[in-house]
Amino acid sequence: MKAIHHIGLVIFLIGLTIFTGSIFAGSFDLQKEQLNSFLESKGIANEFIIKELNEDVVSKGPMGIFEFSSSVRGALEKNNVHYDALIAKYDAAKDWDNKGKQYQYRINEKDFRAMSFSLAKKSAIGFVVENKGLMWFLTFGLGILGALMFIAPQLQLLGRKGIKNNGIYHSAATSRGWIAWLVLVYLVLFYITLYFMADYVVNWTFIVDPISLFLSGNEASQWFVYGFLYCVLMSVMAVRMYIKYRHNKYQVLRTTSVLFFQIVLAFLIPEIMTSLQMPAYDFKNAFPLDYDFFFSWNLDSLLDSGAIGLFILVWGIVLTVIIVPVMVYFFGKRWYCSWVCGCGGLAETLGDPYRQNSSKKLISWKLERWLIHSVLVFSLVMTIVTLYAYFTGANSLLGIPADWIKDAYSVLIGAWFAGVIGTGFYPIFGNRVWCRFGCPLAAYLGLVQRFKSRFRITTNGGQCISCGNCSTYCEQGIDVRAYAQKGENIVRASCVGCGVCSAVCPRGVLKLENGPEDGRINPTEVLLGNDVDLMDLLNKGK
Amino acid sequence: MEHIVIIGNGVAGVTVARHIRKNSDKRITIISGETDYFFSRTALMYVYMGHMKFEHTQPYESWFWKKNRIELKSAWVESVSGANKSIQFNDGQSMSFDKLIIATGSIPNKFGWPGQDLDGVQGMYHKQDLEKLEKNAPNNKVCKRAVIVGGGLIGIEMAEMLHSRHIPVTFLVRENSFWNGVLPAGESALVNEEILANGIDLRLEQNLEEIIDDGNGKCKAIKIQETGEIIECDVVGLTAGVSPNVSFLKNSDIELGRGVMVNRLLETSVKDVYAIGDCAEQREGIGRRRPIEAVWYTGRMMGEALAQTICGNATEYNPGHWFNSAKFMDVEYQTYGWVSGSRKPEFEDQFHWRHPVENICVTVSYHKDTDEFLGINTFGIRMRHEIFDRWLTENRKVDDVMAYLKDANFDPEFYSKHEDAIISHYNQERGKQIKPVKKSWKRIFA
Repeated sequence: MKAIHHIGLVIFLIGLTIFTGSIFAGSFDLQKEQLNSFLESKGIANEFIIKELNEDVVSKGPMGIFEFSSSVRGALEKNNVHYDALIAKYDAAKDWDNKGKQYQYRINEKDFRAMSFSLAKKSAIGFVVENKGLMWFLTFGLGILGALMFIAPQLQLLGRKGIKNNGIYHSAATSRGWIAWLVLVYLVLFYITLYFMADYVVNWTFIVDPISLFLSGNEASQWFVYGFLYCVLMSVMAVRMYIKYRHNKYQVLRTTSVLFFQIVLAFLIPEIMTSLQMPAYDFKNAFPLDYDFFFSWNLDSLLDSGAIGLFILVWGIVLTVIIVPVMVYFFGKRWYCSWVCGCGGLAETLGDPYRQNSSKKLISWKLERWLIHSVLVFSLVMTIVTLYAYFTGANSLLGIPADWIKDAYSVLIGAWFAGVIGTGFYPIFGNRVWCRFGCPLAAYLGLVQRFKSRFRITTNGGQCISCGNCSTYCEQGIDVRAYAQKGENIVRASCVGCGVCSAVCPRGVLKLENGPEDGRINPTEVLLGNDVDLMDLLNKGK
Repeated sequence: MEHIVIIGNGVAGVTVARHIRKNSDKRITIISGETDYFFSRTALMYVYMGHMKFEHTQPYESWFWKKNRIELKSAWVESVSGANKSIQFNDGQSMSFDKLIIATGSIPNKFGWPGQDLDGVQGMYHKQDLEKLEKNAPNNKVCKRAVIVGGGLIGIEMAEMLHSRHIPVTFLVRENSFWNGVLPAGESALVNEEILANGIDLRLEQNLEEIIDDGNGKCKAIKIQETGEIIECDVVGLTAGVSPNVSFLKNSDIELGRGVMVNRLLETSVKDVYAIGDCAEQREGIGRRRPIEAVWYTGRMMGEALAQTICGNATEYNPGHWFNSAKFMDVEYQTYGWVSGSRKPEFEDQFHWRHPVENICVTVSYHKDTDEFLGINTFGIRMRHEIFDRWLTENRKVDDVMAYLKDANFDPEFYSKHEDAIISHYNQERGKQIKPVKKSWKRIFA
């Protein structure tokens, strides 16, 4: 069993290495016809850029992806320099007519990477493109096989069913050691590349092209790679959850639930909708987590899509305004954050080995409250400005330009906070970095949970022994023990109801439950077990 | 300002300090030589097992003490004079007090076994014991086998600790079944099975004869009294119970029995000197409780009560219904009220149910003449403390308890429920017709 465990790790690492190394494989040889058809599809017809792209890219012949990317971007940049010079010239000559005409030939810098990606996608040659199936096996295949070989023997290696956190603080992978730091660096680089330099990883898209073509009829984009990888990671790590928590039905059901919502609602249904010419939509992704729901391109797309578009528009609003808070009232925010949400799903599967690394310090709690509520306000302001601009046609509201605030939010929160930091920092700062410090939906749900909900974690009378397992394993950094040892129920905005505090408690002190609001918050002076008269005296009126 | 000095920073000492601070402005000093800050003693095992780091066992961040004006002094107390109101430390310094609270806890028992002071022989009680074990048994190459002597709660915890690092363990238990002085036979048998299922070499009715020296002052084997068998080992865990840690008071003016003798107000024989927690000995046991109770909860409760007295509201230590909990390997145990082991009183009858497959069981005790409910033990099922505390106060009949058992269940959501099976077995065994009543929030929060 131990041998299988170790061989699995080696196979996994081989798969990961091939996956990572595949970025550097193959070459990119853009043909004239490919370029022309691309420019045509984009409606770009200016002579200058056609000349530049032909000279700098087409005539250069096959190149590696990094040289290809910089050649394409260089040509685009030259084009802009050229037209900027013309603009300056006509400006000096006060030839406003001609000056105005030049702007259409500039290419927005934000589109450089996307154009480089599209051209690379068309022009790739070599092993990866020609052996998609084999490459899938060597990357995803080996990764999945190796990981499962690593995980499955835990069924025996961990010992009998029950809480088996043995050695977590002895391992460099789970106790902020060098392995954890390495994983952090890898994840951060992965996200930065994916979000900001997608053309570099165009080879990954070839590997999953067959799957994407099968599902939606389109070739894979970098987002399809990410979506597919996301589902694979969650599925494999869900197997780990099923083994680790096989004695705990709450954990088993919860893991199945997040897996279902990710694979079916977040991944398959949007792909199928695309294949049916509908706007792709993840029906469980609620605003403001789904921050671009009210962006003009999305509203236009929905309004152009007939009945289904209208349905999505209404559903999206009802989800946020009615379904989310009502469900939080009855079940706590856990129904979303640890049973449905995709971010939560990744945190609860891939991130579970890191849950103990969330900081329990009071100062972290203070930081958390400032940050998460700021993001909530940011998302609301951004949306109000966007909607105002959409309906009035104005460019800004109260001096805030709509495009600027949308871009700022998308990059700062959507990409950096939710992706690079939110997931990249798992190994060192715990698996809920985004959910705890950044998610505006979690902030909103938290306010409902704190002030109007039936959910609480009940503390069982005086049974707490202050051991600290609950606090240590709280992924949200709640100092659960601080409440439990006082005999108080835990009612906290940030609790996502993962149930692990209750699972790791050796004395049966904690229970997640939905009950009457009366007595939900129960500060006590003296704990149960002591003199009844003394308790009455000190706890009276509470 | 009145100066309250507390010796010992365990749960008893820290609880009394916190509650004095809540109710007064008195100067408070806590003395400990063991650690700088309060930690949960019961959690030491998890540090060795790698579930937590030592810092995680500390319930309060270090700023807490300053913020609450609780002074911490790191020192070992050598002697105390109640009449002079002063404490001598082992470095020659001294400290005076207006009121002294002794909360020094316990020390592991040693019964004069030959070799009991050799290297590699240790208890599992203090922070220093944890450090010793880390040194003596870091892995199964350095420690090829460990022998644990004494079948109580610390013994089985130590077995679990060593087992977590894949160190083979031999576990010597004096009784013919694990902890059967406390647990009813069916439960004790269940724990025996749990121990064996984890691959631990459980030796019932076997006692330690001697620990054998390897010639360099380190243990190399032990000899069993009954069989003469020699078992080679690198570590011997002595876990045959604990005794009050009061030897530093031997030459003081404070009256000692096995512990520090106290009355119900937790006052010792010397005015303004009090004792709480494991080290305190009641002149008479309270109810069916023993005079010395070395349990986390009682330490905490004495601290809560004494803080009232110190702050001018004289309050006797008057514990409510007995409760306790523990975890035996992977099986959680809870108890409410009194369920007897082998020393069962004549008036007590018991009903026992065990799951056909899982390590789950329940024992309910009741008065055989009046049918009054006396207590419940559960293994592998969590129960609601408030509910049983209330039912015990109300002197419920056992039939009533069985009927409303669902109200008391505290297992996590979606867990399989066992009340129907338990009640049907109860009906069968006692010829009753009890129907389980559906859980009601109204009754739970009544």
